[in-house]
Amino acid sequence: MQEIAAKFKEITPKERAKIPRQPMPQQPLDKRLKNFDEVPLGYAVEQAITEANRCIQCKKPSCIDGCPVHINIPEFIEFIAKGNFQRAIESMKKYNMLPAICGRVCPQEEQCEATCVLKHRSEPVAIGRLERFIADWERDHGKIALPSLAPPSGKKVAVVGSGPAGLTVATDLRRSGHEVTMFEAFHAPGGVLFYGIPGFRLPKRIVWAEVKILQKMGVELKLSHVVGKLGTVDSLLEEYEAVFIGTGAGLPYFMGIPGENLTGIYSANEFLTRNNLMRAFEFPAYDTPIVDVGRVAVIGGGNVTMDSARTALRLGAEKVYNIYRRSRVEMPARDEEIERAEEEGVIFKLLHNPVRYSGDENGRVKEVECIRMELGEPDESGRRRPVPIKGSEFTIDVDTVVVAIGNSPNPLIPRTTPDIKVGSHGNIEADTETGKTSKKGVFAAGDIVLGAATVILAMGHARNAASGINEYLQTGKW
Amino acid sequence: MPQNNEILENMRIAPEVNRYRIYTPDIAKVQRAGQFVIIRIDDHGERIPLTIADADPDRGELILIVQEVGKTTAHLATLKAGDRLKDIVGPLGSPTHINNFGTVVMVGGGIGIAPCYPIAKAMKKAGNHIVTILGARTKDLLIMEDEMRKTSDEVNICTDDGSYGAKGLVTDLLKNYIEEQGNPDLSVAIGPVIMMKFVVETLRPYQIPVIVSLNPIMIDGTGMCGGCRVEVGGETKFVCVDGPEFDGYAVNFDLLMRRLTLYRKQEHEAYELFKRSHRCQIEAEL
Repeated sequence: MQEIAAKFKEITPKERAKIPRQPMPQQPLDKRLKNFDEVPLGYAVEQAITEANRCIQCKKPSCIDGCPVHINIPEFIEFIAKGNFQRAIESMKKYNMLPAICGRVCPQEEQCEATCVLKHRSEPVAIGRLERFIADWERDHGKIALPSLAPPSGKKVAVVGSGPAGLTVATDLRRSGHEVTMFEAFHAPGGVLFYGIPGFRLPKRIVWAEVKILQKMGVELKLSHVVGKLGTVDSLLEEYEAVFIGTGAGLPYFMGIPGENLTGIYSANEFLTRNNLMRAFEFPAYDTPIVDVGRVAVIGGGNVTMDSARTALRLGAEKVYNIYRRSRVEMPARDEEIERAEEEGVIFKLLHNPVRYSGDENGRVKEVECIRMELGEPDESGRRRPVPIKGSEFTIDVDTVVVAIGNSPNPLIPRTTPDIKVGSHGNIEADTETGKTSKKGVFAAGDIVLGAATVILAMGHARNAASGINEYLQTGKW
Repeated sequence: MPQNNEILENMRIAPEVNRYRIYTPDIAKVQRAGQFVIIRIDDHGERIPLTIADADPDRGELILIVQEVGKTTAHLATLKAGDRLKDIVGPLGSPTHINNFGTVVMVGGGIGIAPCYPIAKAMKKAGNHIVTILGARTKDLLIMEDEMRKTSDEVNICTDDGSYGAKGLVTDLLKNYIEEQGNPDLSVAIGPVIMMKFVVETLRPYQIPVIVSLNPIMIDGTGMCGGCRVEVGGETKFVCVDGPEFDGYAVNFDLLMRRLTLYRKQEHEAYELFKRSHRCQIEAEL
């Protein structure tokens, strides 16, 4: 390590500038489609040190502001550059307790790497890959240090939902010395981290590893406990001084077009849950089935759409079409995810929209009628509005369809907590700076407030909510 | 002291039908008539919905009545007192809307008699006059007769083969009842999809209000996946949260029947594998 640290000091800025951005090793294309293992394999030690040496350690780092949880990026990167991985992960965990996850799923290209000064000179520092590297190093070397806990406060908080928001709040509150119980409706924790994001992007053992750390810290986890069905927020308030709601956006959108209830047409939630949570890809070793997918059409343009399409390929699809009503530029999915989908063989039918589905005599979908679209004036989202081209309808033969056009907030808590203020999209209204809802003692953050967004945004607002809860528990003031 | 999700008793009450008494104090305390649970036997298991046939909140027990139809229900049948189910989630679904309607005719077909029982009890408690019609293929398969007799004011029984009660279908007994005693205020029909469909058709000319309880394939049970979706009144509804009970006249039964066939191939494969391995296990033990 001393050699590496010495080298770090010796490298001149000019030499740093010449170091190319280190490529990420990946599972070879021909192997990928036969498994659900991770595609990006992670930097080797030498690559990580080399990449970390690209960082010029700006005096006024612009990367930190690009990060929704304001990780001190230059600090942890410097430790990696010096070969001191233990200090690197300790530095990271002061700001972010879930780096193994964020390093994998954050859209760094829109956040920290977008504001990195090197972006304009050459390529930004691969901050996300370094975050992932150091998190994986800690897990693989088994030296996971638990954060220190403040003395017991005597206060109890209920955290509803064990997805990104819930995990973040639970961690922060437990560190503050409160007793924390997390309630999870499913039989496995993690929310979208478990049921939504496939193993080829986020291995499930990593989610379990993060949850186990929380349990070691003393957070109580109650699985298969649906708040709203088994008790309500009000009944929780009788036992807990504060309640945090992180129940996410788990209500799938369907288009409402004819034939959408034919068999073989899935919401992305169902398609992914069968695979990621219930391991249907291993049927019959695991009991939950999935159909013989055959020719698949995946509708939508986001990360979930790409995940669904790539999952379909791994299930042995003959063909996978992505049908999206706008063009490539308007797709909300990360470029990286779209590129991988393309590499793996997804056929993009952009500027197309489904109009109706037809089925066979058994009620199974057999074709989708599409219409071609063109882009008109921008709509409320700021993107150009897709307009159907009359008379351009045609059909594509399909056996399976995955509708991945988004999710809205899960209505269970709003419906069973009558005095909580809810917006027009079913989202719980909450202050993103404090997490406060309209109901005293009840806080919320993540997709339940924003509608379907990102893991890191949920975590950022969850940190704010944890602060808000801490203040409320200390002062008693609402 | 029993543990959560522990099977206290597993009793065969009819050919391929078992009655499970399970310790689930949290669920037993808050469950209401018409609700169900989703169970998962172990880490490899699937999630399946099972209606709550009875509950004892004081003892913290749920009663589930399950017919063996495939791998999971067959596996369940092999479990003994002391075994624990890995997961039980509930209570799910919207409870039956209970009111004093007047005369309520409960129509239970086959395994559908089990979910009829808690509804009949709740309706009786609300002051209704309960007329019960029970049907099964044959005498052996007629379950819960004693329980239904205790909670009903009148019980009529039929079997397909005439081995018990009248020979015929529940729709025959239903029609006879209406012709002889006039329109009831409400009917609740639970059983195989085709039975519920024909009960609704029997009632249609009389326009007697009828509630049915639907049984689609389910995975999550809390409304996040849409796997259980059906068409009711031309709109898409999720059975796990909008149901499981709906206005019988509005339900598209044909669509439900087709949606139930999606995994026939896989279900058959899994069941055959289980039966083969189970046979080997038994042979090994003998």
